Amino acid sequence: MTQGFRTVSGGRIDRARVLRFSFDGHAYAGVAGDTLASALLANGVHLLGRSFKYHRPRGLLAAGSEEPSALVAVRRDAARYTPNLRATQVELYEGLEAHSQNRWPSLALDFGAVNDLLSPFIPAGFYYKTFMWPRRAWRWLYEPRIRAAAGLGRAPTQPDPDRYASRYAHCDVLVVGAGPAGLAAAAAAVGAGARVILCDEQNELGGSLLSDSSRAAPVIDGRPAARWLDDTLADLAARQVTLLPRTTAFGYFPHNLVALNERLTDHLAIPAALAPRERQWQVRAREVVLATGAIERPLVFPGNDRPGIMLAAAARTWLNRYGVLPGTRAVVVTASDAAYEAALDLQQAGLAIAMIAEVRDAVPAGLADLTRAAGIPVLTGATVLGTSGRRRVQAIRLARIRHGAVSEPKTLRCDLVLMSGGFTPSVHLFSQSRGTLAWDDAVQAFLPAVLAERARSAGACRGVFELARVRSDGAAAGAAAAREATAPGREGVCPAGALGRSVAAAAAGSAEELAGARGFAGALPQPQRARGKAFVDWQNDVTTRDLALATREGFRSIEHIKRYTTTGMATDQGKTSNLNALGVVSGTLGKAIPDMGLTTFRMPYTPVTFGSFAGSARGDLFDPVRTTPMHSWAVKNGAVFEDVGLWKRARHFPCPGEDLHRAVNRECLTVRNACGIFDASTLGKIEVVGKDAVTFMNRLYTNAWSSLAVGRCRYGVLLRDDGFVYDDGVVARMAEDRFHVTTTTGGAPRVLALMEDYLQTEWPDLGVWLTSTTEQWAVIAVQGPTARPVLESLVDIDMSAAAMPHMSVAVGHICGVPMRLFRVSFSGELGFEVNVPADFGAAVWEAISEAGQAHGITPYGTETMHVLRAEKGYIIVGQDTDGTVTPEDAGLGWAIGKNKPDFLGKRSLQRPAMTSADRRQLVGLLTVDPATVLDEGAQVMLEPAAPVPTRPIGHVTSSYYSATLGRSIALALIGGGRSRSGQTLYVPMPQGDVPVQVASPVFYDPKGERLNA
Amino acid sequence: MLLIQCPYCGERPEPEFVYGGQAHIARPQPSAELSDQEWTNFLYRRNNTRGAHAERWRHTHGCGRFFNALRDTTTDHFLATYKLSEPPPRPPAESAE
Amino acid sequence: MRDLTQARRGPLLKPGALVKTLPPATRFILRGGPAVRAAAEQALALEVPASPCRAALDGERAALWLGPDEWLLLASEGSAASRAPALSAALQALPHSLVDISHRQIALAVEGPAAETLLAAGCPLDLDARAFPIGMCTRTVLGKAEIVLWRTGTEAFRIEVWRSFAGYLCAFLAEAAHGIG
Repeated sequence: MTQGFRTVSGGRIDRARVLRFSFDGHAYAGVAGDTLASALLANGVHLLGRSFKYHRPRGLLAAGSEEPSALVAVRRDAARYTPNLRATQVELYEGLEAHSQNRWPSLALDFGAVNDLLSPFIPAGFYYKTFMWPRRAWRWLYEPRIRAAAGLGRAPTQPDPDRYASRYAHCDVLVVGAGPAGLAAAAAAVGAGARVILCDEQNELGGSLLSDSSRAAPVIDGRPAARWLDDTLADLAARQVTLLPRTTAFGYFPHNLVALNERLTDHLAIPAALAPRERQWQVRAREVVLATGAIERPLVFPGNDRPGIMLAAAARTWLNRYGVLPGTRAVVVTASDAAYEAALDLQQAGLAIAMIAEVRDAVPAGLADLTRAAGIPVLTGATVLGTSGRRRVQAIRLARIRHGAVSEPKTLRCDLVLMSGGFTPSVHLFSQSRGTLAWDDAVQAFLPAVLAERARSAGACRGVFELARVRSDGAAAGAAAAREATAPGREGVCPAGALGRSVAAAAAGSAEELAGARGFAGALPQPQRARGKAFVDWQNDVTTRDLALATREGFRSIEHIKRYTTTGMATDQGKTSNLNALGVVSGTLGKAIPDMGLTTFRMPYTPVTFGSFAGSARGDLFDPVRTTPMHSWAVKNGAVFEDVGLWKRARHFPCPGEDLHRAVNRECLTVRNACGIFDASTLGKIEVVGKDAVTFMNRLYTNAWSSLAVGRCRYGVLLRDDGFVYDDGVVARMAEDRFHVTTTTGGAPRVLALMEDYLQTEWPDLGVWLTSTTEQWAVIAVQGPTARPVLESLVDIDMSAAAMPHMSVAVGHICGVPMRLFRVSFSGELGFEVNVPADFGAAVWEAISEAGQAHGITPYGTETMHVLRAEKGYIIVGQDTDGTVTPEDAGLGWAIGKNKPDFLGKRSLQRPAMTSADRRQLVGLLTVDPATVLDEGAQVMLEPAAPVPTRPIGHVTSSYYSATLGRSIALALIGGGRSRSGQTLYVPMPQGDVPVQVASPVFYDPKGERLNA
Repeated sequence: MLLIQCPYCGERPEPEFVYGGQAHIARPQPSAELSDQEWTNFLYRRNNTRGAHAERWRHTHGCGRFFNALRDTTTDHFLATYKLSEPPPRPPAESAE
Repeated sequence: MRDLTQARRGPLLKPGALVKTLPPATRFILRGGPAVRAAAEQALALEVPASPCRAALDGERAALWLGPDEWLLLASEGSAASRAPALSAALQALPHSLVDISHRQIALAVEGPAAETLLAAGCPLDLDARAFPIGMCTRTVLGKAEIVLWRTGTEAFRIEVWRSFAGYLCAFLAEAAHGIG
């Protein structure tokens, strides 16, 4: 429990607040302000994980979100288990429990490491080349085994118990990254009166300022940087800038929409019970300032992946921000100036710097003086031949190299190797915005060049590195962004004008600044027959050898090489590897990096929890659950519900002891013999009103509406212009200029949309308007021979057959409540549909139920409704039709107004294919065995036991047991079906081919006598 | 989530809109001269434009109006939106291919 | 015969923090051209806004612009009855549509300093008072439901939502209230 590598003072930690935690079951202590990574380093733990493919021991390469290797799992409980977290981003809390991954049985002794010895046999493309035969084995043998052996952490097995919030936000200027550039941008933008949001992925805002040393602390505005940072943040907060730490901008979408992931509770020992774990922001910004900084590049040399070998900037962060010495004796390998700062910082903190191996041929003058004064030996023109040490680097072999010739080889003992290949500007978000990058020779990096969105890059992410210039670049970007965002003449939030605009050049840096940051891309030069793996992509275990193999095998495009070798394709998106991979391939192919192109960056910048995308849309809130005004009554009376679109509909009302089948049989017989009450409120309803209403209806529906008298109803069929049935429903004429149109439950929104489409775009001259009244009316269907006496006692209108024949409508009152009463039937019995304003639905339903007791009334559900209508051969659009059925196919030819000049679909119905005699037509099917109920969707065959492959001639669309008929019935679409009446066909079912006879689709009361009672 | 300029309501977020396919396809009046092929073209033939594409949108969860838009299919940026009664503006030369 | 005219039952709702249900109201959707708007304005003695996305409020009555030929007319139940016949009469000669949708939707009030933030959990519009001032109204979306949103005060919004979506909407807002901190 000692923190043997903790410095006595300094850093942004609170040494007084000790936090206990465990890693792989071992207890350790850290302090407030630590990450898991810094706390482990403080305890001298460098071995944090095993690599993806070769299971090589891995430690910490970086200190930030770019860390490719140190992936751990953090466990709070069985369900709260998060794999593949970067240890550098896991904030320490009291009791934190972390585990290493991808090792068995333990991190120190991992049997999978045998892959490292077998590595000559598993090069890039190994899987594609090896597991080819037999082909079928891939699915059941090779892939499962490979997946089990490879991969990183395991997924949690329980549902995510946490809560995730979401928020839409809008601002004038969104600043991504709160380093010196971002802070300057935010301050300038808010100073110009803009609404500003500033986000940063780290737990503290400040970026690189958080890692500055006390040795050479920069002074900003006359204050030490740390003081300046505190003052600046306080000032921004006071000026209403939305400050979002722990918030990663992970995706850049069209029209300046940037997605942020804010982590709210992962850093807390005991999160508040109801607090969301994360919040996903969708920020629409008029202008975006990208101040995303730069990431130090590793150097590529044999054995560059051992624990204890890390980026120089990371070592600086461990020391200066976390008060941790990442080793005792270091060798520095560098191609950039920044590593010298790290060496000097660490030396002052008491660490021995054995040597600086300078890849460049000379040390910049200023730095040469400093190293000389510090007594640090420097080897110029250097390369690394290899390293040794099993779970931690123990020694490094250095040499001078010139034209492949090695001189002055030396092996130095060390437990820390710092490397710096220069800095790669973080252009991920800019690239996601579809902005174009261009190679910059001065900076030796890809930089933002042409805009696709209203974005500005500032600071290191566009190759500006020196602090004073970074700050002025940021301030200029913030001011310009605010100016454009709030410009009086601006055309809206998101004018397209930025598209194709070139990025304004940054003020040129000094030669020293550029030379110092330029660094090195590719593999360090090696003598012939160099040994050892030189890693380019740490997370996907891609080495220089894999890249060389890909080029030998003929891959030339970096896009192909990326996919073949998987370099840059891991969860870290190649943050530390992309440019080195380009450098290696460029060296092999003898082609300059800018000519190679760059692979596209994609969202997310760092992995995002699935829950954060789902937000609250899970469980009961996954989709709206729509219920009718009579829902509570149905619940109270034992209804079993089914989902119909978003609606909950009562499927049946079982009496005690009844299953679905028996309940439906009873309900059906009751409706046929007495009376049933049914909730039809979900039917779509559209009020079509205006002087041209009848013209509109004529153009839309197949039927002839001019002849429909006020007070009468008609069954309407709606086609699309392709001639296929789209919807159907009863239409009532309430007045000369007013129709009450009903649609199917599922079709309500799309029918209204289709009507609006034709009305607005084809017939804007018509004086007619559409209003959805679906939810205005509660609809209570009362069906059965005793329906009339049930209702008569409650209403104030004449319901006699003479006054209200089948397919009529009347306006009146029921129990004093305004009502539209339809005499319609979807059951084949005498039937009425009571429409009352929705809030009265429940009370009216209860009144009808009560009045119906004397007449044998029963509530029935959708299943009984389906059986009753199938007995009558009434279709359900979407069940008996499937978007390829014409009215004639469905037996609805009678509903076509033959003399109308036009209606939707009319022209299509004249195409030869639409009138062919062998089209699939709706018929009834009667099984030879009356007890057999066919499967809906089953195919229909001409012959039994037809040899496979064979062509079905149709399929079953509806199938039920009919208690009324004492046998099964089915509807089917059969090729040339109506000419096959009486023919025996065969329906393959699990128990064998079932013989069926083709019949009329109207099984019950074909003359409709009951309907007109 | 695009931001779309509704000619009636102003700039509004994409979730309020429904895409309506290619614009400026008038439904032909059925007549004896209208061949099956002409009718089929009306029903099914659509452009697959790279660049400025005239298309219909409906501000369904807003004012409910259909309108037309000129969108660059390579960038998703709208070059213009206009009411049904208005003629399509000429696309800028560089985006018309 | 039983009298059920007092037996209204709205949907059962459990509004969360900052949200409350508003009493039933009389609602009409009025459709038509400029002449219809002008005639309605006169008959109702109430401004019927010609400007997009604007609501006019007069005591217990309001007219909300929903589309270039579409208005939502709102009134408390008592104040509505007397005006309806006058409106119908005034519009008789003009091509128009007037449809009673009193029961189609219900109203919620979202009030408090965090009202904007709460709605921002599911509404993609910019609700800052500079972009969505008092008196602005529009159809939009909140979570997976369509609503009419009307800013009635600095920290107050009225939501009109179809009745079958009201339960979802209340649950959505109650859940969202956990995330506004």
